Amino acid sequence: MTARRLGGAVAVALPAAFLGVFFLYPVAAIVGRGLTGEGLDRLTGLPGSASFRSVAWFTLWQALVSTVLTVLIALPGAHLLARFRFRGRAALRALTTVPFVLPTVVVGSAFAALFDRFGLDDGAFRMRHTVWAILAAHVFFNVAVVLRTVGAFWEGLDPAVEEQARVLGAGPWRTFWLVTLPRLWPAVAAAASIVFLFCTTSFGVILILGGPTRATLETEIWRHAVWRGDLASATALAVVQFVAVLAMVVVTNRLMRQRAVGQRPSARRPQRPTGRLLGANLALLATVLLLPVAVLVERSLSVGDGYSLRHYGALSDRVNLLPVSALVALRNSLLFAVVATALALVVGGLASLVVVHGRGWVSRVFDLGLMLPLGVSAVTLGFGMLIALDDPPLDLRTSRWLVPVAHALVGIPFVMRTLVPTLRSIDDRLREAAAVLGASPNRVLREIDLPIAGRAVAVGAAFAFAISLGEFGATSFLPRQPDRLTAPLALFRLLGTPGDLLRGQAMALAVVLMLLTATCVLVIESRGRFGSGVVRGDL
Amino acid sequence: MHRILTRVFPIVAAACVLAACGSDAPTGVGLSGSAPTTGAPEPIAGQAITLVTHDSFWVSPGTLEAFTAETGVTVTIEYAGDTGMMVATSILTAGNPIGDVMYGVDNTFLQRALDADLFEAYESPALVNVPESLQLDPGHRVTPIDFGDVCANYWIDRFDDDLPVPSTLADLADPAYKGLLVVENPETSSPGLAFLLATIAEFGDGWEDYWRSLRDNDVAVTAGWEDAYYGEFVSGGGDRPIVISYASSPPAEVIYADPPVDTAPTGVITDTCFRQVEFAGILAGTTHRAAAEALIDFLLSDTFQEDIPLNMFVFPASTTADLPQAFIDHVVLPDDPHTLAHADIGANRNAWTERWTEIVLR
Repeated sequence: MTARRLGGAVAVALPAAFLGVFFLYPVAAIVGRGLTGEGLDRLTGLPGSASFRSVAWFTLWQALVSTVLTVLIALPGAHLLARFRFRGRAALRALTTVPFVLPTVVVGSAFAALFDRFGLDDGAFRMRHTVWAILAAHVFFNVAVVLRTVGAFWEGLDPAVEEQARVLGAGPWRTFWLVTLPRLWPAVAAAASIVFLFCTTSFGVILILGGPTRATLETEIWRHAVWRGDLASATALAVVQFVAVLAMVVVTNRLMRQRAVGQRPSARRPQRPTGRLLGANLALLATVLLLPVAVLVERSLSVGDGYSLRHYGALSDRVNLLPVSALVALRNSLLFAVVATALALVVGGLASLVVVHGRGWVSRVFDLGLMLPLGVSAVTLGFGMLIALDDPPLDLRTSRWLVPVAHALVGIPFVMRTLVPTLRSIDDRLREAAAVLGASPNRVLREIDLPIAGRAVAVGAAFAFAISLGEFGATSFLPRQPDRLTAPLALFRLLGTPGDLLRGQAMALAVVLMLLTATCVLVIESRGRFGSGVVRGDL
Repeated sequence: MHRILTRVFPIVAAACVLAACGSDAPTGVGLSGSAPTTGAPEPIAGQAITLVTHDSFWVSPGTLEAFTAETGVTVTIEYAGDTGMMVATSILTAGNPIGDVMYGVDNTFLQRALDADLFEAYESPALVNVPESLQLDPGHRVTPIDFGDVCANYWIDRFDDDLPVPSTLADLADPAYKGLLVVENPETSSPGLAFLLATIAEFGDGWEDYWRSLRDNDVAVTAGWEDAYYGEFVSGGGDRPIVISYASSPPAEVIYADPPVDTAPTGVITDTCFRQVEFAGILAGTTHRAAAEALIDFLLSDTFQEDIPLNMFVFPASTTADLPQAFIDHVVLPDDPHTLAHADIGANRNAWTERWTEIVLR
């Protein structure tokens, strides 16, 4: 019992310390610095400013619309992945995470090429530098979040309930609306809240695809802090962003808690999809995900008027512009990603247990607090870390650990958003039955919670990994040494100087980054599936 | 509880193993390790200092080792983002800097850095080789190291006898060139700001009218250089044959061409150029003042100065440095680029860019 209490104390203390030192303290420090003097006046002056109101409104509605579109487009795919077995399913699942690692510059140029090819860069159907381009890019980047987190949860729902509804005469839509959706709700809300936060703090998409006239709180914070040297205004906006994110997380957390339903591992064999269903779903996913990716692959192979693998061969040679070769940058990214994923799993895993099993307010505070880093701008966090973590023993400003820590802060919400709904939905009667049969609490955790949560853990880990591999914003705002160059930063550098050689190499690097992500995700998830397979056999 | 960890770590470990992909040890330069030579000045040998710089900084492997061999001081590089980001973070950490010397602040950001008292004054003896025109701070809080120009670039094939290459800023507003120019937003882009400054230097109070006429002439605006060069300019598959870029962009088009070419597909309109000078300064709060001074001297030495052009595509500040042939062959040095006093830029840039936004984007 004391061991359990000690375990509980660690589960609370570790995530709390991590969040406190690496997020709350830095953000408080930069807000404190920015709000002294003029900052407070700027903050109180914001509601009266027309330009602020329009920026805030645009931030909100583009994020809301992006989220709704993403959910609508991803749900059929989530259904496909959850309920059916077909050849290439694991590969398809892994491929959907690929957009995550693509830097916006690269995606922006792929979109521009597509607009060009389909005649959407001019005239009545102009896409370039419009809000439509922003929405399309947000769907592209985030569709995987809904697909995967909802899909993983859906798989755990017993299809017998739907079958009973169908037997009782409900049509497929009615069944989905009245039976499936209410049960899916916690996962949908969890995924949607992540997408919404991602879209509110999206940066490159707004600047590159939206064009120069569109601004969100995130881009305005950056513009004021970096370009105008106006920390006071930047901080005032950062405070608004923080409060808005806080409110939004409170609301979605409430939505998620309201409707948890019992989940039991299903012993039923999954179906094979009919040809038409599979075809329609795949076509939708392909359009959204593969078209831009195909453009990048084509560009990576194109040399002069023909095609060649030359750009791939050149990845191991250092270009004059880069301190290390692209291959070394990839290796750096992988090392950072492994550390960041481990951190996210430990901190996020412990925090999830606290959220599910902890006392009322502790649970709620954890559920809220660890989501916040998703919604806070990279500038705020980067600047905060610079001024807060600057005294020994915590002078971490130039430490090699700061980058994976920043990545983990973004990965933790993913681990928690996949894990918490699953853990919460485990039928308590299963645990009680195990306890009655003499299992210790730790054994219950080990034999009930963990196997069922295995898939969710794997999905969360895969996201944490992919996010770290592709992270650009926070990484670029933290000081770093030349030999620690990451692949996304190398890409950005390659695209910063003219020359087909550099561009070709950037595209090849982007494609390798995508393949690497897909492979790693595949491996991570095959481990996770093993975990949940065991319980099926046992029960 | 630790059971979870034992379940989770194999997942990560598996990813690690897979991820290692057999890549070699980092080939990044080892900036440390060379033994100090016997003749090195006693007080600084063995010290380690940090050079804070922007992401575009790079030197050939071996260059900084030459400094270490000479002085016994090892140098670590810390990248701090682009120039704006570097200055912003250095202002935040003023007094407790992350490094000892900053390299890369330019004349558009200089006043902001000086206002924040980022630097300690140091007059390097090597300044005798640097033209007076580059020594913008008489107090020597910063030392000029290199310079380059932001200029309109054009795609040569798109111009001929019927449509000659525009030669002046005023030409760009001529209806004959309607819809051909793409510029970057000066509120979010360094070349964009430099070009706005060029027009202010050229037209004085008339700059607002000039931009109104550019707007009438259907100028395109992007947030940053990448989107302008690769999104709108012909080079990246766009339609517009004139873009605001660097005087060094045409040589880059040759040096990084694939397949190789003899001449650049682009040219520079020299009348549109704005001169950017980059400086180094000793960061106030350093505990390695003497070593930092030695590094500033080294940055002006021929060893470093001659290494600048092909790594950073800008000109060395020192007149004693020889230029590499590949650089001389392709690069254009405008005779009379536009300039503005850094104090004026510092005092007015936010007002100018705000006004620009109203005129061009609203």
